[in-house]
Amino acid sequence: MFELPLADLAARLRDRQVSSEELTRLFLGRIARLGAGLNAFITVDEEKALAAARAADARLARGEGAPLTGIPVAHKDLFCAKGWRTTCGSRMLADFVSPYDAHVVEQFDRAGAVLVGKTNMDEFAMGSSNENSHFGPVRNPWDPARVPGGSSGGSAAAVAARLVPAATGTDTGGSIRQPASHTGTSGIRPTYGAVSRYGMVAFASSLDQGGAFGQGARGLALMLNVMAGFDERDSTSVDRPKEDYTRDLDRPLEGVRVGLPKEYFTADLSPDVAACVSAAVRELERQGARTVEVSLPNQALAVPVYYVIAPAEASSNLSRFDGVRYGHRAANYADLADMYRKSRAEGFGAEVQRRILVGTYVLSHGYYDAYYLQAQRVRRLIARDFTEAFKACDVIAGPAAPSVAFPIGEKSDDPVQMYLEDLYTISVNLAGLPGLSVPCGFGAGGMPVGLQLIGDYFGEARMLNVAHRYQQATDWHRRLPPGAA
Amino acid sequence: MLSLDEVRRIADLARIEVPPEGLAALQQQLNAIFGLVEQMRAVDTAGVEPMAHAVDMSQRLREDRVTESDRHAEFQFIAPQVEDGLYLVPKVIE
Amino acid sequence: MSGAWEVVIGLETHAQLSTASKIFSGASTAFGAAPNTQACAVDIALPGVLPVLNRAAVERAIRLGLAVGGRIAPRSVFARKNYFYPDLPKGYQISQYEAPVVTGGEIAIVVDGAEKRVRLTRAHLEEDAGKSLHEDFHGMTGIDLNRAGTPLLEIVSEPDMRSAREAVAYAKALHSLVRWIGVCDGNMQEGSFRCDANVSVRPAGSATLGTRCEIKNLNSFRFLEKAIEHEQRRQVALIEDGGTVVQETRLWDPQKGETRPMRSKEDAHDYRYFPDPDLLPLEISPAWIGEVQASLPELPAAMRARFVAAHGLSPVDAATLTGSRALAGYFEAVVAEVGGEARTCANWVLGELSALLNRLEVEADASPVPPEALAGLVKRVLDGTVSGKTAKEIFEAMAAGEGGADAIIDRRGLRQISDAGAIEAIVAEVLAANAKLVEDYRAGREKAFNALVGQVMKASRGKANPAQANAILKKKLG
Repeated sequence: MFELPLADLAARLRDRQVSSEELTRLFLGRIARLGAGLNAFITVDEEKALAAARAADARLARGEGAPLTGIPVAHKDLFCAKGWRTTCGSRMLADFVSPYDAHVVEQFDRAGAVLVGKTNMDEFAMGSSNENSHFGPVRNPWDPARVPGGSSGGSAAAVAARLVPAATGTDTGGSIRQPASHTGTSGIRPTYGAVSRYGMVAFASSLDQGGAFGQGARGLALMLNVMAGFDERDSTSVDRPKEDYTRDLDRPLEGVRVGLPKEYFTADLSPDVAACVSAAVRELERQGARTVEVSLPNQALAVPVYYVIAPAEASSNLSRFDGVRYGHRAANYADLADMYRKSRAEGFGAEVQRRILVGTYVLSHGYYDAYYLQAQRVRRLIARDFTEAFKACDVIAGPAAPSVAFPIGEKSDDPVQMYLEDLYTISVNLAGLPGLSVPCGFGAGGMPVGLQLIGDYFGEARMLNVAHRYQQATDWHRRLPPGAA
Repeated sequence: MLSLDEVRRIADLARIEVPPEGLAALQQQLNAIFGLVEQMRAVDTAGVEPMAHAVDMSQRLREDRVTESDRHAEFQFIAPQVEDGLYLVPKVIE
Repeated sequence: MSGAWEVVIGLETHAQLSTASKIFSGASTAFGAAPNTQACAVDIALPGVLPVLNRAAVERAIRLGLAVGGRIAPRSVFARKNYFYPDLPKGYQISQYEAPVVTGGEIAIVVDGAEKRVRLTRAHLEEDAGKSLHEDFHGMTGIDLNRAGTPLLEIVSEPDMRSAREAVAYAKALHSLVRWIGVCDGNMQEGSFRCDANVSVRPAGSATLGTRCEIKNLNSFRFLEKAIEHEQRRQVALIEDGGTVVQETRLWDPQKGETRPMRSKEDAHDYRYFPDPDLLPLEISPAWIGEVQASLPELPAAMRARFVAAHGLSPVDAATLTGSRALAGYFEAVVAEVGGEARTCANWVLGELSALLNRLEVEADASPVPPEALAGLVKRVLDGTVSGKTAKEIFEAMAAGEGGADAIIDRRGLRQISDAGAIEAIVAEVLAANAKLVEDYRAGREKAFNALVGQVMKASRGKANPAQANAILKKKLG
């Protein structure tokens, strides 16, 4: 039963063919058996999970179940969950037990989902390989010698290996779509402002957005139905009516205009990935979609702009980790300034420190205009490119990552090479658009490849429609990694 | 390109201790990142409004109501050092 | 100090806005709670929390902006000011930098009878930091974050003041204004109103500004005056000794009566301001500005002018009466009750009443003698029921809670004797009993007349109408 997609599990729970407790025990068992090898989880709490499962069963018995009631889920370990350790993959917060719930966590709790654990991640969501975790790298279920992508690598690996049917993630520069692509899972990053950031530990506030991993588009839609919606505690939460993201799933694709940015299909893209993505586009065409070439002229500037804006915001967001009110405090120090310096040097890993330093520099006196302000201006140019492109198409299609998952250690000494992993995902964050990745085949080494779809603002339902119709005709998303059966 | 002095200065601003033997490697990594960033600086952006937010909205305002109650015991349970309800830090000299 | 130097002063004033909850969180702003009991998740900057702006804080900023004749920005921006300090939980203070909510405006001050206008640069919204408690916790400092996130309006003046007294007059006028329009309670002991002074000196007649020092956190008018005077002397002495002033932040030490450099601010700061990505631009519509404008009370300057024009008060009295909204309101209530005679009313309010309020250290709205009661007494003076002197005695009795003027007059039998027959009888008695004085008067000693008046007043137990007693005595003495 573990291999069933979310919607099917939900149907069985509703029909009382299986109890939430049974289902939760099933997945806890899989976590116990396969989880350690993948290092996908930082915290698993059987007791809390089973208690929640029993509460869900009681609710289902009363006939008060919602679509996710009783479904085991995992949250990326940067969503604060009351009473749960929330580490952000960092030594800084290794012992931080959150005294409050993130909005997303509340929403899943309210829906009756069963939280089984918190997933591993690149420290403070900074990374594209999940090697930057204080708790060790996550391994790709398709090949344990390779990375699962990042930063939501734990959630991606957990869903890929069917350790949970669904998991949350966050996507600041591709941190859902790129690991989804690398692990053969489906992952969605909604429009900025669709999902409240309250309780989601900030990396880069103007780019961060919570999202979800599942097997297929229908599961993602069901999760978005729970996660998305206005929250007055987040000033950037968009106040608009609740929508049913499943509403358009089955719509035929006839007449849908799929934009293919010419800047995405260049020499930067590995041929194996290009082949899979092209085949996927042909499938969409076969179903009646019309492809149009579009252009995103400033595409090449997205990574440079991102590595000014994201570190700038991060350098400020991470200043609260000072060893005063919570988190790591160095054992030995000479004075206050020394306490700060040592606590932060010990608490943060190398990549986080690098980004804090880059951010500090670009905001500092004399560099602000040339770096930060200039990056914000180019950011607008990048966003305008999409506005133009969406005049000619309904969704944009392309790769989610330039190549398949690479071996652990291959890029960890070369930050710049690592940054280029997010070549095709980052501009979506800069513009604030929604994007998703669905499995579309296997490339070099038999590793999964993802098809990225980008929607217009609040165009999630249309994106999910295209993804779902694609998945109706393909079975890439149902394939299991070798060790997972 | 950042000099070693600049690396030291920003590390100090960011309150991150960098051991002297790590400075040169850090400088090299940071400069590689600024090398990547460099191409953005040449773009002509005259007349382009900086984009600070991903949404084009204005600030929502909350009503002036006290909604929070005392939770200091819970909050201080996770604090490194507290006494009499206060967070303790190494002596601050004004 | 040498007369060849001119001091140039600008003030940055932090007024705590009178809101119930904090600027970005729902925690209470009430003063005096046990440490950290009013510091919520947002205030202590737990990971993942976010700020949401308090409407009342913005409303108060608009009020102040309109009251000083400033411009309310249709769109202003919140920025982060980044620095590490243990009482700053996020490692940055949310403030406004490039686009403040209010720009321009002015405050009128009167020094030595001359009016002067101090221009304002800007006023911006920001959050307060917590408090460091330096008493010894085994050599450590204690941090209380109750104050963190309290809404502040930082009001920045141009360097328009030329003496410590002008600076104090400006601070007092601003203090009076913020209370007048109800945006700040003005409680300086509790830190609700505090000033930083930027002080520089230059040779008299020079057009360029000298290097300035900023004196932080002056929380009384007296400290403000003393600190500026000291700083002025220090800078002049330094320059005259061949030294140069170094731009720095200094603290006033009230015990030693001097300023000293602030050690925590020694390293040159690079605050790395940038727009706060968690807060969107603040937009203020013309309609909202109109609503606030309509809700503003008559401002002190307008009221002052009206008191002079309509009531014939002197500018000085009008200025004193409009020193606080409570006092001005009291005065207006007395005049309304009396039905005119504003100058007499003003004399009573500025005289007996103000003395009483000072003695009790209360505001006019907490006076034990309410305006209606004072008006009752003024009426009795005006209609001749009691003399001015007796009225002062009655006022004291009213202050002591003995009831209204009429009741006290009746109970104590203080009604003035204005009946000519009764006074004539008393005069006759006095003349008969004081033959020596009558003789002296007739011998040309004027002093004897005054003594006789005194005797008449004494015999009437002070109640004889003094003017009448005088006239009758004169007539009888021929």
